[in-house]
Amino acid sequence: MLLSAMDTRNFTFMFYGFLAAWLIVLIYIVSLARRGARLKKELEQVRNLVSSKHP
Amino acid sequence: MRERLVIALAAIAALLLAYNLYHIFLVLPDEAAQGAIYRIIFFHVPAAITAFTGFFVTLVLSIMYLISGNLRYDSLAASVTEVGVVFACVNLVTGMIWARIIWGIWWTWDARLTSMLVCVLIYSGYLMLRRAIDEPTQRARLSAALSIFGFADVILVWKSIQWFRTQHPSPVLSIRTGGGNIDPAMEHMLYLNFLAILMIAAALVLVRTRQETMAREIDSLRRLANAA
Repeated sequence: MLLSAMDTRNFTFMFYGFLAAWLIVLIYIVSLARRGARLKKELEQVRNLVSSKHP
Repeated sequence: MRERLVIALAAIAALLLAYNLYHIFLVLPDEAAQGAIYRIIFFHVPAAITAFTGFFVTLVLSIMYLISGNLRYDSLAASVTEVGVVFACVNLVTGMIWARIIWGIWWTWDARLTSMLVCVLIYSGYLMLRRAIDEPTQRARLSAALSIFGFADVILVWKSIQWFRTQHPSPVLSIRTGGGNIDPAMEHMLYLNFLAILMIAAALVLVRTRQETMAREIDSLRRLANAA
């Protein structure tokens, strides 16, 4: 295949488009990781609570 | 097992994305009228198809929940919807950035854009509804009903550029037009990037489903603790 020199018209907005797309996905991944950590902690606490009530 | 699958999916998606980005920026020819900005299509369209695939899976899972009453279908539907909304937002935002250059405006209330915005609002409403109802069976039943009715809008979004005169471009994929509206190399790249984005979405759904399972376990343990 032939390597082409890219037409740079509107390059800035193309960059914004790619940046926005990955930023949205990245923000979601971070929120998912934080929620996962919170749920893990919460599950541990509830397990301890139940085992203390039902030894 | 699930963690390994997530890592494998993410790794394959990353490799495929690297390959795709190389081709998108350095191999594919430029679009004559639009300049570099046309390359947004390689994320805009696959993000939309990923979101619609997710909403279709949610529709199927919702029907399966209503038939079987199995809450696992409901958990999976919620996970898929959440990831679908993320990619629907990617589609909307990248579309707006493209429109700013090509149309000179960020937004117009034409049938395609408006129905897509309504689609994001419907499925965001689905996620908000789930937060508002504590009782799992009632939450699952109402969510399933909303997702089944909500899918009507997905069909409207898909067909809007054929049913209405819109500012949004007409269909370009050869599966809809029979071919001739897009360079085959560009169309091939659209499908390849759809595959990469779909794999990322699948990995995110797996992670999110694990969280739904944990939330269900917390809920049942809390009930057990309160009953004691």
